[in-house]
Amino acid sequence: MRLTRNVGLAAALRYKGQGPMLTYILHRIGGLGMAIFITVHILSSFLGGTTGVYLNSLYESWIFQIVIFFCVMFHAINGLRITIVDLWPSLLVHEREAIWLEWLVFVPLYGFAVLVIVRAGLGG
Amino acid sequence: MATKPRTLSLSQRGLNFEMLMWLFTRLSALAMYGLILFGLIGALIMGARTQMNFADVMRWAFMPNVTHVQSTNVPDLGPWSTAFWKLAASALLLVASAHGVHGLVVIADDYVVSAAGRRTARWISVFFLASMIIIGVYVIWTA
Repeated sequence: MRLTRNVGLAAALRYKGQGPMLTYILHRIGGLGMAIFITVHILSSFLGGTTGVYLNSLYESWIFQIVIFFCVMFHAINGLRITIVDLWPSLLVHEREAIWLEWLVFVPLYGFAVLVIVRAGLGG
Repeated sequence: MATKPRTLSLSQRGLNFEMLMWLFTRLSALAMYGLILFGLIGALIMGARTQMNFADVMRWAFMPNVTHVQSTNVPDLGPWSTAFWKLAASALLLVASAHGVHGLVVIADDYVVSAAGRRTARWISVFFLASMIIIGVYVIWTA
C-alpha cells in the first residue's frame, strides 16, 4: 500500500480546504503537542530530582498552559465530533454545521480556561 | 431504481489491523471522555468545590493519581491513594498512550511511504508504547 500523493506542509496550508482542513491540521498539531508533553511529563515524574523540578517549572508557566490547553481542548472537542460523525455516518452530510457547532463549543470553553490561567498567572 | 449501498460489507472490506485501530481510536476517545468525567466526579466528591482550585480539579480529572494533586486543601488525601484510583489512573494511561502512539503512526504514515520506513516506524512505536506504559505504570503504583 503506497501513497501516491506527496504534499508538503506549505502546500497543505495553501490548499483551500477551509473548515474541515483547518480542523484536520489543528487536530494533528494538538495531538503531536500532547504526545510530546505527556512523554516529557511521564519521564520527568519518573526521573524526579533537579530535572523533574526544572521541567515542572516549565509546565507551570502560564504561556505553556495556554498552548497545552489549546492542544487538549481542541483535540478533545474535535475528536468528539469525528467520533460521532464516524460512528453514525448518516450525520456526515452535516459535517460543516458540525464544525461550526464545534467552534461554538470550543471558543467559550477555551476562552474561560485562558481567562482562569491568565488570572492565576498574573497572581489573581 | 434501487440505490446501490455505498459501503462494502464487512467481509468484502476485510477486518484488518488498520480497520480495528481505526475503530479503537474512536472508541478510546469515548473511553477517555468517560474516564475524565469519572475523575471529575471523584474530584467533586473529595471536595473540589471548596478545597481545590481549578488547576487541581483539572489535574485530578486528567490523571486521578494522588501524587498529581498534593498541593490541594483537601484535608486527607489518604482515601484517594487507593488501588481503586490507581487502577483508574492506569486505565487512563493505557488507553491514552495506545490512542496517542497510534496517532503518531498515522501521522508518520503520511510522510513515510516506503515499506521499510513504515515497518521501522511501527517497531519504534511498539517500543515507545511499551516503555511509556511500563514507566507510567511504575510511577503510578510506586509514587
